[in-house]
Amino acid sequence: MESLQRIDLVGFGSLLAQLQAEGYTLIGPRLEAGTIDYGAIEGPDDLPIGWRDEQSPGRYRTLPRNDRAHFGFNATPASFKTRLHRSEETVLEVQRGEQGELRFVPVIPAVKKQAWIGARSCELAALAIQDRVLKDSADPDPRYAARREGVFIVAVHCGQAGGTCFCTSMNAGPKAEGGFDLALTEILDGPEHHFVVETGSDAGAALLERIPHSQPTAADLRRAADAIEHARATMGRHLDTDGLKTALYAQAQHPGWEEVADRCLACGNCTAACPTCFCSSYEDQVELDGANARRTRHWDSCFNADFTHLAGGPVRASTPARYRQWLTHKLASWHDQFGTSGCVGCGRCITWCPVGIDITAEASRIRQANGEPPK
Amino acid sequence: MQTQDCMAPRTARIRSVTNELASGEVFTWTLEHTDGSALAGNPGQFNMLYAFGCGEVPVSISGRTPNGQLQHSIRTVGRVTDAMRTLTAGTEIGVRGPFGTAWPLDEAAGRDLVVVAGGLGLAPVRPLLQLAAADRIHCRKTLVCYGTRTPADRLYPDDLRRCAAHPRIEVRTTVDRGDTGWRGEVGVVPRLLLQGGFDPDHSIAVVCGPEIMMQFSVDALRQVGVADRWIYLSMERSMKCAVGLCGRCQWREHFICKDGPVYRLDQIADLLGISEL
Ligand SMILES: Cc1cc2nc3c(=O)[nH]c(=O)nc-3n(C[C@H](O)[C@H](O)[C@H](O)COP(=O)(O)OP(=O)(O)OC[C@H]3O[C@@H](n4cnc5c(N)ncnc54)[C@H](O)[C@@H]3O)c2cc1C
Ligand code: SF4
Ligand code: SF4
Repeated sequence: MESLQRIDLVGFGSLLAQLQAEGYTLIGPRLEAGTIDYGAIEGPDDLPIGWRDEQSPGRYRTLPRNDRAHFGFNATPASFKTRLHRSEETVLEVQRGEQGELRFVPVIPAVKKQAWIGARSCELAALAIQDRVLKDSADPDPRYAARREGVFIVAVHCGQAGGTCFCTSMNAGPKAEGGFDLALTEILDGPEHHFVVETGSDAGAALLERIPHSQPTAADLRRAADAIEHARATMGRHLDTDGLKTALYAQAQHPGWEEVADRCLACGNCTAACPTCFCSSYEDQVELDGANARRTRHWDSCFNADFTHLAGGPVRASTPARYRQWLTHKLASWHDQFGTSGCVGCGRCITWCPVGIDITAEASRIRQANGEPPK
Repeated sequence: MQTQDCMAPRTARIRSVTNELASGEVFTWTLEHTDGSALAGNPGQFNMLYAFGCGEVPVSISGRTPNGQLQHSIRTVGRVTDAMRTLTAGTEIGVRGPFGTAWPLDEAAGRDLVVVAGGLGLAPVRPLLQLAAADRIHCRKTLVCYGTRTPADRLYPDDLRRCAAHPRIEVRTTVDRGDTGWRGEVGVVPRLLLQGGFDPDHSIAVVCGPEIMMQFSVDALRQVGVADRWIYLSMERSMKCAVGLCGRCQWREHFICKDGPVYRLDQIADLLGISEL
């Protein structure tokens, strides 16, 4: 394919430098406090070169690799969601004049250029879902939309899968199928270490023109395909989504929800880690001067008792009801609401659940067991 | 940058405050925008009302004055509504809306309109009482069935009286617990429906009140032969944004703020009985 090019490690450095020269803040993976997570980076040296992670239900650990892979790890603890749908922000300022007259001033951030380095396919699938929910709806969130506008994406196709990954089941990877400006496949084969680059937008093509690149060899292309195939073959988990929505709807009163709720702490870690969970609370506060007030938004979770609070108490008072809501929303009702799954198979909720609850296992257990007939 | 922000209210002014109950627990605001224009909105829909520094809550449209000003009735149940009770006429507030689906007034044409309400559930259907009393709904007749805990909890006595005096409106009320002066019905609202007096094959029923009361009312309506397609009800859930961003009002696939609050029963019948959904 002609759109594929090759850049070596020097070229990769130039790519990052060029983005910076064009005014982009680089956001990429960094090794920090025992995790590989996204943050501001200045160049390739800030990447977790030669590190990998090990993930399983309720367990995460970083370990050295025996090579110098730049992207030899899997899902980060926090997703790129935190960059656009901030965990907390002011949305509105209110001023009250001397006569009690009110003025409402929306708080909308200026568009800022940020380049995401190393976004994986599941991350991009999650971004497309968040776009649908927060940007392309009838009443979009202008704060999300403003931040979204400034994003340039350098994706990385996965060359290995993590222990809790199941993107193949969710049609979300391991190869990014779009939604990027450039996409890299890291080639590591003995002394060979470079990237095959795919162009996904005019902006991406223009950038590639400005950095040293060359034609990939047939061997490069084969290695790139092999790397992605290797990720596909090492997928840690699997979820059968065929007929899942119907099954979950039908099993709303299944006793299996009680069983998982016996283990679930209703801590909300899964919703915070999930790259598509968007639920929020809005709070109004008044400043001490009594003349100014503000409205803030912060992430909420369907696991919080307050989430469904009505005058008579919470609608979902019990943990089984809250877990049912979460899993059913991710895998079933999201389809009805937004025409897509709410899950991309990144595995974060499994890794970061303190008691190791596995959404793939729970979904198949609920659908398979013979439930009581609906009451 | 001038961007539309669905979270930014418009200013409105409280024209007057009316106490609806002796206890002071429910009061009605008559509102207009600060530029003097009337607030938009149809019966069944709701607005997000903001009191400076206290917060914002969803409140149904509970009627219009004869000159078209919008009214909202509010029950004091917590932090924001308690603070709202202290606001006086002339106070500026914020309004976002109107939001959600409305009662299907056009569908009442040529049918018997059965209005079923429990407690504060009379507020969202009060616009229907006002319109029916003014012959502005083209239904054959109207039956109002209203239940409260005690006689002292009954809202809008003037509207109920006006309806009762209208030749084509019948008003039935009931209480859970009577007091010494009470000579009316004692019992739950669905019992009023079982007394008949409307043509179930040519009726349209609107139901509003606590969820359990709505479920039993639906049972009674079905029992007398009203089809699900002709029953409408108004759902309530926690809401912060009213535009599908906060996620709180989800009821399986529904966002009650957008897809509701008024639903036709056949669209939600499978969800209604599932507890804690
Ligand atoms: C569609 C719709 C129509 C409605 N129509 C009417 C109507 O016509 N009339 C009417 O009276 N009511 C109506 N309600 C109900 C009304 O919105 C609630 O009674 C009101 O929101 C209660 O607010 P509150 O702050 O007074 O009560 P609270 O119970 O104190 O609070 C309610 C909300 O605030 C949050 N909250 C509570 N305490 C705190 C705290 N300390 N810090 C932060 N958050 C907190 C809760 O999570 C909850 O979301 C309607 C509701 C809906 C959804
Ligand atoms: S539900 Fe779990 S696996 Fe699916 S996208 Fe969210 S965090 Fe990832
Ligand atoms: S599933 Fe796990 S992470 Fe999610 S709320 Fe329950 S205990 Fe917390």
